[in-house]
Amino acid sequence: MNVTLALAQINTKLGDMQANLEKHLALAKEAWSSGADILLFPELSLTGYVLQDLVPAVARRPQTDDPLFKALLKTSQDLDLVVGFVEEDPRHRFYIAHAYLSQGEIVHIHRKVHLPTYTLFDEKRYLAPGDGLRAFDTRFGRLGMLICEDFWHISSPYLLWLDGADLLLMSSASPGRGITGEQIGSAEAVETMMKTYAQLLTVFVAHTNRVGFEDGLKFWGGATVYDPDGTLLAKGPYDEESLTLAELDLEQLRRTRTRLPLLRDERPELVRRELERILRHD
Amino acid sequence: MIDLSINPALVRKLLVEFIRSEVTRVGYTKAVVNLSGGLDSAVSCLLAVEALGAENVLALRLPYKTSSADSLEHAQLILDQTGCRSLTLPITEMVEPLLERFPEMTPVRKGNIMARMRMIIAYDQSEAFGGLVVGTGNKTEILLGYTTLYGDSACALNPIGDLYKTQVRQLARALEIPEAILAKPPSADLWAGQTDEGELGFTYEEVDQLLFLIVDQRYRPEECVEAGFDEAFVHRVIERVRRNQFKRLPPPIAKLSSRTVGYDFLYLRDWGT
Repeated sequence: MNVTLALAQINTKLGDMQANLEKHLALAKEAWSSGADILLFPELSLTGYVLQDLVPAVARRPQTDDPLFKALLKTSQDLDLVVGFVEEDPRHRFYIAHAYLSQGEIVHIHRKVHLPTYTLFDEKRYLAPGDGLRAFDTRFGRLGMLICEDFWHISSPYLLWLDGADLLLMSSASPGRGITGEQIGSAEAVETMMKTYAQLLTVFVAHTNRVGFEDGLKFWGGATVYDPDGTLLAKGPYDEESLTLAELDLEQLRRTRTRLPLLRDERPELVRRELERILRHD
Repeated sequence: MIDLSINPALVRKLLVEFIRSEVTRVGYTKAVVNLSGGLDSAVSCLLAVEALGAENVLALRLPYKTSSADSLEHAQLILDQTGCRSLTLPITEMVEPLLERFPEMTPVRKGNIMARMRMIIAYDQSEAFGGLVVGTGNKTEILLGYTTLYGDSACALNPIGDLYKTQVRQLARALEIPEAILAKPPSADLWAGQTDEGELGFTYEEVDQLLFLIVDQRYRPEECVEAGFDEAFVHRVIERVRRNQFKRLPPPIAKLSSRTVGYDFLYLRDWGT
């Protein structure tokens, strides 16, 4: 089966959800007319990133009667949408979340597990961490979602892999740092990581990232899709808003894993044994 | 080897985008820059012109009677290079009545008054021209506090504030800033013969390398000494950075209520844009 994946790299209006929603819907229309099956947006695509005290003002319960989700779910009749937002739980905790919407349903929500709170980051001051990493089934196979700092922890993609994910959808709002290289420093680090995960896990890895500025922070775009061999299938431009399309031949999973049976030979029982020993603290 | 080299093409692109974004997102299309004739303001001016177009940038030349004649000429080179709008307004007759009121006034006081008069004019022209004031302070002077509070440090946005002086020089070369400006010793030009390096007591080359270790690389003082810096110099610079923290922050507000601006009322400047 072939899946056409569209990656949106967008600028957002900080805290203006209506303006951001309209951009999502316009891009969904464009992606759909280009034949996309899935459209992936960056981290906090509906709200903007450095929210600080805006967090409670933009937080949503992802429900079919929420006007924002209603519009997105309607569009998800055409193509699957993967969008970033702030989720409020029934007890009023706020999470950075990504929702997978398909055919009018909320299929899965991932709450960001690792909240960076160091140097320029201050997420834990405002937000609660998620406490699960689960793969989920879609009409295109079993997928996993990770949000930015999540994929800087090697255990996150590893767990999704063992849970059956064959396509990892990664989203970021990555502020650029480093001005010595060809591209802004953080871009090279993330691209290396995406390629490495694709190769080590023999899965498809798609990543998209914000563009634009929030105060002095610069988000660099540069969406990428790697196949299970670690081959770059598509790449978006740096710094500009754009929609990048990639054609995923899911049969590549079989071809790669026949040649390179890393999944077959992985030993999660051994990992569990050693983790249990390490975590016993004796 | 402490390497402060940058990719000037990348930095140029980022800063042009930054200026364009920060100016236009709040509904403006124009900028005002105080053009001193020195390197930093030349760089800010060129970047602003590249971001907004020459007709949308107003460069101000605001000489005092003791200002070096070179300053006006060097600023003219930038006006010629960019083709941006300009206004030349001597500040002598504006500051002189105040200086005369205090005959014992020190050069530092006089220099501060001149810097603040230039700020007043920049902000007045900001209103008259309808442009945001683009700052010209580099990372070295911000860290060392080598700046007049509410004077040359006042601006709406600062494209070059994360570049050390020696890095601004690299960017200036890429922007093809005339050699006369690149080659002359940096000076606030507040009194005759003043140079930054003379006043600070060290060169930008030296202090940039040290600041890079302390600030960017998070070296401890003793590690800087091990890396070859004089111990007294290391401590003098660290102390100077600490003492000038007040210039880098808005003034503290006494916290009285449950929600106070600056402490727990936290929003970006770019809120809603």
